[in-house]
Amino acid sequence: MSSNSQTLTPQATPDVGGPATVAEGRRRGRPPANGAGQARKKGLMARIRRDKVMLLLIAPGFLYFVVFHYVPLAGNVIAFLDYKPYLGFMDSVWVGLDNFAAMFQDGAFWEALRNTLVITGLQLALFFPVPICLALLLNSIVSNKIRKFVQSVVYLPHFIGWVIIVAVFSEVLGATGAVPHLLENLGLPRFDAMTTPEFFPFLVTIQSIWKDAGWGTIIFLAALMNVDQELYEAAAVDGANARHRLWHITLPGIMPVIVLLLILNLGSILSVGFEQIVLQRDNVGPGAGEVLDTYVYFHGIQDGQWGPAAAVGLVKGIVGLFLVLGANKLAHFFGQEGVYSSGKSK
Amino acid sequence: MAGLGRRPKNGPRNGPKNGPKNRPKAKDSRPVWMEKPKPAMQISKAIALVVICFLALYPLLAVLATSLSSQSEIANNNGLVLFPKEPTFAAYQTIFAGGVVTDALIRSLVITTVGTALSLVVTVAMAYGLTRRDLVGGRFFLMTALFTMLFSPGIIPSFLMVKELGLLDNYAALVLPTLMSAFNLVVVRSFFMNLPQELFEAAKIDGAGDFRILVQMVLPLSRGVLAVVGLFYAVGYWNAFFNAMLYLNDDKWPLSMILRQYVLLGQPMGDSAVAEIAVPSQAIQMAVVVISLIPIVIVFPFLQRYFTKGVLTGAIKG
Repeated sequence: MSSNSQTLTPQATPDVGGPATVAEGRRRGRPPANGAGQARKKGLMARIRRDKVMLLLIAPGFLYFVVFHYVPLAGNVIAFLDYKPYLGFMDSVWVGLDNFAAMFQDGAFWEALRNTLVITGLQLALFFPVPICLALLLNSIVSNKIRKFVQSVVYLPHFIGWVIIVAVFSEVLGATGAVPHLLENLGLPRFDAMTTPEFFPFLVTIQSIWKDAGWGTIIFLAALMNVDQELYEAAAVDGANARHRLWHITLPGIMPVIVLLLILNLGSILSVGFEQIVLQRDNVGPGAGEVLDTYVYFHGIQDGQWGPAAAVGLVKGIVGLFLVLGANKLAHFFGQEGVYSSGKSK
Repeated sequence: MAGLGRRPKNGPRNGPKNGPKNRPKAKDSRPVWMEKPKPAMQISKAIALVVICFLALYPLLAVLATSLSSQSEIANNNGLVLFPKEPTFAAYQTIFAGGVVTDALIRSLVITTVGTALSLVVTVAMAYGLTRRDLVGGRFFLMTALFTMLFSPGIIPSFLMVKELGLLDNYAALVLPTLMSAFNLVVVRSFFMNLPQELFEAAKIDGAGDFRILVQMVLPLSRGVLAVVGLFYAVGYWNAFFNAMLYLNDDKWPLSMILRQYVLLGQPMGDSAVAEIAVPSQAIQMAVVVISLIPIVIVFPFLQRYFTKGVLTGAIKG
């Protein structure tokens, strides 16, 4: 999901400014009997007592985030250890930055990095424009019925899992599938798209487009709905034809969204769909099919090189974090609000 | 994204009930100012739409058709069957005669149901708790959740965590590590915050507690968003295979792992108990794919309308 990293900004404001504005506004409606005015002056214990239900409701979720996100985060210390499962964290030898030094000398690591960038770069070039065009096309359908139908059809693949998608693609593109036979019947050389290493980045991109291009239109359709309709009317009165309107009204209208998504995609340039790749890596071999995440999995969990693999994972995570934060900054620079406004932007 | 903040007056917060009837935009005709497009334009647009729908649906139809074909017909057609001449359910009979696929299907259904229910409960509870603005530590709890969208702890530490908790080869390893997504939390929370708060203030004056307001007032008003978020969780559990591959032995595998083993890797299933499908024929393989598609295709149309109505765009501005 390209939009899972754009949070920081809006939350910076609401809860600071909130109590003074929105919450206060809400309280004004309460009768004084309920002690609205004093609620905030109450002591800590009193507030906890008042909110005990809310705190109890938060507890399980909070515990989940701590146990499965924050504690494992600390587990990245393994990147500095010569970790042996039978020794555990406490007794494994501390090796400092050795694992990182080994990483930079590992040809397989550089290969994985290159493959990752090739795939994400290709997806940026080929995938990114598709939802925009599709959204423009959908938006131009006058009949509600037809538009809803097409929308349903193109949303559906988003909900199909990667195992199924890879199976379906093998059926159509694989050695015994429809497309190779078609090529053969046309007198063209046989071509097995599933196992040709050079084709792998394209294969992955095509699969991603099939799965998610339709779903990706949601954001752009929302943006298109918010373009001021009166602009179109005024332009048409002034004699602008359909192409003029597209170029001078529609595209400028949704340009902020396009720029924002582009930047955010740049921020996640080190991440490729892990499940998608891990299923198909062995079809083409690690030379073409290894990306950073699969490197960590195969070298670490499969081959037991825990420390070095964790070092790669840690570097990827840190660089990725900075890319996302940088992307968010860049989005601000272009005057965007950040993606979430958590529903408070009115 | 200021512009996107605006939404039509009867946006998602009014709940699913006011359907297309009172949507101001539901006009099915061309605006007066728009000229009639040229026939060539119309035709090329129509062709584009047909091609898009074909590309989206063809692979699925090919899988379905192949699963209904006999092995000889598949061979005669070079693996491409679009309209089986003599449809046969032999593949499905073989599968449902019991054995690995049936077991895995039941397992997957149970995991998906239980996992989705747990995820929804935890997400709704936390989202509701976080709607109180001057909650003690509210900002801290919110940030704790939100920051998880920025980083992932990494595959290896996550794996070791599950191992340390003693969850290896335990079904809980399929549910607990992915129990909640901060994204869904944000979607639910902002939906709750967009509900008319006066209602809840009034209920509070009448003596209703926080929990009672959640159960009796907030939840009934939130069916749309719960459906969507529930679908996200359910689809996630249904499709997930990596955690199963990582944590479970093959006698506990869900359908997605069977699919991988049996269809993608072409390996015969497990050991002795499943001799009946030792050599996967293509029809049986595709039948397994169809079976794993069915729940998605069944549920999807019921929830589809919520997507087009902007339950999501309310939360994902942009």
